[in-house]
Amino acid sequence: MTLQTNLTHVETAASLEKMLQENENVMVCCGRMGPMCVPVYGIMEELESEYANVKFADMLFDSPEAAIIRNNPACASFAGLPFTMYYKNGEVVKATTSIQSMEQVTDILDTQFGK
Amino acid sequence: MENNFDVIILGGGAAGLTAGIYLSRAKMKTLIINEGTAGGQMVLTHEIANYPGVESIGGYLLGSTMRQQAQTFGATIFNNSKVLSLDLTGDEKSIEIARKGKFTSKAFILATGGRSRPLNVPGEDTFKGRGISYCATCDGDFFQDKEIIVVGGGNSALEEAVSLTKYAKKVTIVHQFNHFQALEHYIDEAKGNPKINFVMESEIVEFFGDDKLNMVKIENMKTHEFSEMNIDGVFILIGYIPNTDVFEGIVELTNRKEIITTRDMETNIPGVFAAGDCTAKKYRQVTTAVADGTISGLAAVEYVSNKK
Repeated sequence: MTLQTNLTHVETAASLEKMLQENENVMVCCGRMGPMCVPVYGIMEELESEYANVKFADMLFDSPEAAIIRNNPACASFAGLPFTMYYKNGEVVKATTSIQSMEQVTDILDTQFGK
Repeated sequence: MENNFDVIILGGGAAGLTAGIYLSRAKMKTLIINEGTAGGQMVLTHEIANYPGVESIGGYLLGSTMRQQAQTFGATIFNNSKVLSLDLTGDEKSIEIARKGKFTSKAFILATGGRSRPLNVPGEDTFKGRGISYCATCDGDFFQDKEIIVVGGGNSALEEAVSLTKYAKKVTIVHQFNHFQALEHYIDEAKGNPKINFVMESEIVEFFGDDKLNMVKIENMKTHEFSEMNIDGVFILIGYIPNTDVFEGIVELTNRKEIITTRDMETNIPGVFAAGDCTAKKYRQVTTAVADGTISGLAAVEYVSNKK
């Protein structure tokens, strides 16, 4: 099962790991089709063409495979969907919880990955 | 892209999308500019069961369908767009959008909706998503067997407090008054739930924690005494505030910052209409937003046609 977005869907932990090996900069939003998550997917869809140096993807929070994100130490204190992860060279460089604005997302992308 | 439109709609919730459907069907060149994702407050609703003609539908699906309808009829939609400047005076009105440029139109419809009202107390931003939530259906399951607070005394607060007892072992409703504003059946249901208790005439004044929220300071509004409560989560459900900051000093607002309109959804500025939750009205429902959107759309069609 995947999310109803136009982003690349990550369905398994193995495919996320493969994506991290193949891409220097990766942003993954792990959530549901809920009110706090949908705006973040929308922002990512909007930014996808603008940030060619970043791979954008989503992952269904309730999938057992999403334990790779749910159990990540960077998310230990999180209690709000979505969990949004930013990876550089396979390592988590930033993680956010709950809804984020366009400005918050672009600030992180520019700071962590450049444009 | 051609930057001149017949009508520009600010806001892509139920009101804005409905106006967009009516305008684009009437062959008006229509642009819908949305600060977030299309759907507005509709997508905040897990299930809509009182939309006539539809037995039950997810808010996200209803919003997506309205968006598709507007686009099918020819409306252009910009999402995640930040307004840089706005000029609603004169016959040609204009707006400048970050990363998109400047657009002009003969008429505007303001349908910017509302947003969750924050408490605006210290610690609230720090612990958002780390114990503080504004959406019970989104985050309720993070609080399995935990102790939580629901702030508020309206329908949403009491209804969600009851629904949160599915997860939490104890729910405390903190409310600033000695009575609730909610409908009687919501109050009865909350009062009859053994997991719910009440702290009335009180307000949270500060949030504390380390990585996660773990305590709140509460002020009794009657005695002005302070107390502290260890807590795992707080759901803030104290209603919405209209998204009208950008219109202050431009269109006429009430003291609650809601846009004042006529029955035909006209503001005090010729060619500028308003619809939905950002306007001054008593009942805020998807159906009333759709009604406002219809009226404002048809009124804008008439206004633009008369100008041509």
